[in-house]
Order: sequence, then structure tokens, then C-alpha cells
Amino acid sequence: MSLALQVRHQLGAFALDVDVTAPPGVTVLFGPSGSGKTTLVNAVAGLLRPDQGRIAAGDWVLFDTAARRWLPPHKRRLGYIFQEARLFPHMSVRQNLLYGRWFAPRAARGESLERVVDLLGIGHLLTRRPGALSGGEKQRVAIGRALLAGPRLILADEPLAALDEDRKAEILPYFERLRDEVSVPILYVSHSSAEVARLATTVIALREGRVAAMGPPAQVLADASVVGVRELASVLRARVDAHHADGLSELATAAGVLHLPRVAEPVGARIRVRIMGHEVILSREAPVGLSALNILRGTIAEIQPGKGPAARVVLAVGEERLTARVTRRAVQALGLEPGQTCHAILKSVAVAPEDVGKGRWSERAE
Amino acid sequence: MGEFLTGWLGPAEWEAVRLSARVALWATLVSLPLGVVTAHVLARYEFPGKQILNGLVHLPLILPPVVTGYLLLVLLGRQGPLGQFLDQWFGITVAFRWTGAAVAAGVMAFPLMVRAIRLAIEAVDPKLEQAASTLGASRLWVFLTVTLPLILPGIIAGAILAFAKAIGEFGATITFVSNIPGQTQTMPLAIYAFLQVPGGQESAMRLVIVAIIIAMGALLLSEFVARRVARKVGGL
Repeated sequence: MSLALQVRHQLGAFALDVDVTAPPGVTVLFGPSGSGKTTLVNAVAGLLRPDQGRIAAGDWVLFDTAARRWLPPHKRRLGYIFQEARLFPHMSVRQNLLYGRWFAPRAARGESLERVVDLLGIGHLLTRRPGALSGGEKQRVAIGRALLAGPRLILADEPLAALDEDRKAEILPYFERLRDEVSVPILYVSHSSAEVARLATTVIALREGRVAAMGPPAQVLADASVVGVRELASVLRARVDAHHADGLSELATAAGVLHLPRVAEPVGARIRVRIMGHEVILSREAPVGLSALNILRGTIAEIQPGKGPAARVVLAVGEERLTARVTRRAVQALGLEPGQTCHAILKSVAVAPEDVGKGRWSERAE
Repeated sequence: MGEFLTGWLGPAEWEAVRLSARVALWATLVSLPLGVVTAHVLARYEFPGKQILNGLVHLPLILPPVVTGYLLLVLLGRQGPLGQFLDQWFGITVAFRWTGAAVAAGVMAFPLMVRAIRLAIEAVDPKLEQAASTLGASRLWVFLTVTLPLILPGIIAGAILAFAKAIGEFGATITFVSNIPGQTQTMPLAIYAFLQVPGGQESAMRLVIVAIIIAMGALLLSEFVARRVARKVGGL
């Protein structure tokens, strides 16, 4: 089910002007604060009525100024996961979970309570009240509550932003499961490129109310104008081939074999790996006597000098593209030019666990 | 308790206590739903004339009670426009009846009730109500399932405040429905009447003690109930 977002809205001095259609899967609205992400997602939820436009999930039209259609929030059949869990404090966890179900049409009750409780690991919390839950537990219950409303579309507005790093690492896998095991499209707001790399099927990068870029995460995250040079990254598809006794995992990618610190997924699992541009070292010669374990041989596809001292070098490695951020001086000293053969060197320990996520690749727009 | 009270209090005093309780109870119960709706409208909606509604609600708090009583008499008396309407269409007369005393008490207590409930509603995070609406609840359901349970302590506080005010109402009542023993002579009016006759001081003192007991009892009860409800609503 594709998601059509055509929205024009004036909010004081801020103007939102978006016209995109996202393919099925997880669509991440990505951008700095004030770029219009939350305004857009609230327009989809019906909490804000845009001046003009059309919003539709597949053939389910939520809003259309031309057809004079505007559904109030409670008729939109959504599951909205907010930044703060917004659980109802006077109800138990079970009552919170089943709240949306009272209002959902009988035929639309997709997931059962048992399955959702199992998916999110919240069985032991059912009789508790929200006040007695930790931040991570609250957010898991909020995800379950949204899911059990039988939604046609799940909205998530920076659901991890209010959590500390450990809680983020706890919740993120549940969104991956949602993406991979529940066939409901998700519109996910984030300003974290790590979340984009792990979750997105499609990224819509917003800047000052307009779409700056749109595409699969590997493409958008390699675009310095979108993520900023410091966050430049490659997203590689990988398959876990082995877990070695010395604590490393062997991953097969279309760019070659990678050795990374032990990943959480079992052998055979398909995952995504985000490699930060500044962690990649380039070498014209095949390096010898180096401690780095991962050396990938590729061809320079593109060199883009930045405004500062850095340059972005894109390497075609096998079927993948690897982005490196090096100094312009290094580009000059090595005489790097497009078409040359080049080696990319990556320290295993440079890839943090947050950079590795489960990934189903079939839905990825190529 | 009842036997003790009837033995201790004279028949006229006992009559005044019972009448006061009945008047205050009805005044509170009937105005409560109206008070919740008014408080909700004032707390959550913006509309032209909102300040006028707000002023009207608060008027009995600011006006001299005698003025409120007189206005009620003009409106609801046998010759008053509303009074005639009620009499002709429903056969209801409130002038110089205990029902009139309840109307006077209710009107005088209304601003206190609305203020307490409005504060409670304003303390409810609208984000929770938004969350409920995205989960499929219409405005009415959001109010019934989220707002109402969360403002329950405020409603209880407002009701008890209104009850206490209604028990003690004097000026508007005596102006509107006069001081008729057994019909409109509530406790404060009876105390006043006893103080006007020689030898009535003992009766007045007994009623004063009853008034203090009722007031303290209401206060303690409201504290107890509000604390229990707050614990339940507080999410622990």
C-alpha cells in the first residue's frame, strides 16, 4: 500500500509544501527539528487540518481538499505512537492495549492480544499500571496499543527520542519486527540517521518544509546535502555467515566479506550494516601488514569536494556503493580520480551495535 | 444516630436539619452534570461569547446574595416569565417551596463547583485526549473514557464544595423563597429565626453544632475520597 502525501500548509512564517508518494514498507520522514516532520505526520493523523492537499494510504483517502473530504482523527483507523508513550494513567496495561479495539470495526481487528503481547514481550506487565513501568516498557505498550487498534497505517513520531541509549537499543528491534512481521505500512519520523539506516524502506528527507531528497536509505544517507558531512554513511546489505570464537561475526555482502564485532542476529539472518563515512580509510595500493580486518577493493565512482577540508569519495564495490569521507588533501596526494581502482579499509570495531539491524531486503526500492 | 438526633434536637430544629440536607443534596446532584459540561466547555473550547458565559457562571459569586435571590424571584416567581412557563407547561412551582430553596442553593454553589472542575480539566494533558482520538474514540468517548475518569477527584471536590455552600446558603434563599418553617426554613434560616426570639439561643446553638459537624464531615470525606481516587487515577 503506497502512501500519497500532498500537503500545503502555512503555519505562521513556516510553510510546509510536500508532494510525494512513498512505496509500501517503512517510510521515514527524516530531517532536523523544525523541518516539518511532525506537522506532516499530524496532518496524516488528522490532528492538524492542512490548508490544501490530499493524503491517502492506498485507496483509503484521509483528506482531499479537491473532493472536500476530511476524516476526523477517530475515523482514520491509525495507530499513532508518540514520542512520550501517552498511556492512559487510570487504566491497566491490558486496558491500554485494548483501548483502540473498542472502537475498531470487528472485521478490522488484525492482530490478537496474545500475538502482540508475545511480539513485544509485555506479558508480565498486563496487570500493572503505566505509572509503574520504565520508559522502555511504556513505549513497548504504546506500540502494542497502536497495533491492536487494527490500524491501516502506523504513525510513529520520534518514538525513541525520549529514551536513553540502552532503551533505544531495547525498542528499535521491535520496530524491525513490526516492519518484518506485520503487514501494516509505517510512517516513522526521525532525526537520527542510525534509525533511518536500520528501519527505512524509503527515506523522505525534509528541510524547511520541503522534500530535500527521497529514496532508499543507502542513497539518501550517502548524500551530504541531506545528512550533513559528519553523518555521511553507507548502508550495506549483509547475510550473517558465521560467528567466530574470537568474538567476530563474518558477514557476506555484495561488496565482499566483512568481519564485525559479534552481531545479535543468528547465522543466516539478513541484516543491514551502517558504515560511517569517516570510519573508512582509502588506499591506492593493496595494504599489507595492517591491523584492520576489512579491506574491500573497488572502483572510484565519484569524488565530491566539500566546502571545508573534507571530500566525499564514493566507491563502487561489487554491487554496493561505499562512501568515504577523507580530506581534500588526501584526495590530491593520492591522485584519486573517478575510474581508478582503490581499496577501502574499515576497522571492525568502528561499527557499533546500533549500526547493525535486521533487514528484510525484498521491499527495498532498488 | 437518627433517634439520638431527634431526641436531642427539638422537632423544629430536626425539621430544619432534614430540609437543609434535602435541599443541599438536590441542589448538588442536579447542578453537577451541568457543572461538568460548563466546566468542560470553558476549559477546552474557544467560541464567541465565552467571556459572557464565564461571567454569567461567576455572577452569583460576586453579586450580593440578596440580589441573586431577588433576580430569581423576578424570573422564577409566580408572575416571572420562567415561573409562569414552568407552572403552565409542567405544573411546577418553585416559589416559596423547598424546590425553590434548592434552586437558590444550586445557583449560589454553581460557580464554586465549576471552578473546581474546570481546574481539574485544565490539568488533564490534552495529548492524552489526542492519543485517544487517534485510537478511534469520538469526542464523546474521549470525554467519557479519558477526561472524566481523570477529573474525578476534581468533580468530587467540586461537589462537596457545592454541597457545603448549599447547606450554608442564606441570603438568596431568604429573599427568593422566604423563611417558612417546614417548607423553606433551612438550617441557617432557622438559626437566624431562633436568634430573633427570646429563649431561642439554645436551639440556635444546637443547630450551630450540627452545622459544624456536617461541614467537618464533608471536608474529611472529600479528602478521603479524593485521595483514593487520585491514587487510582495516578497510574500506580
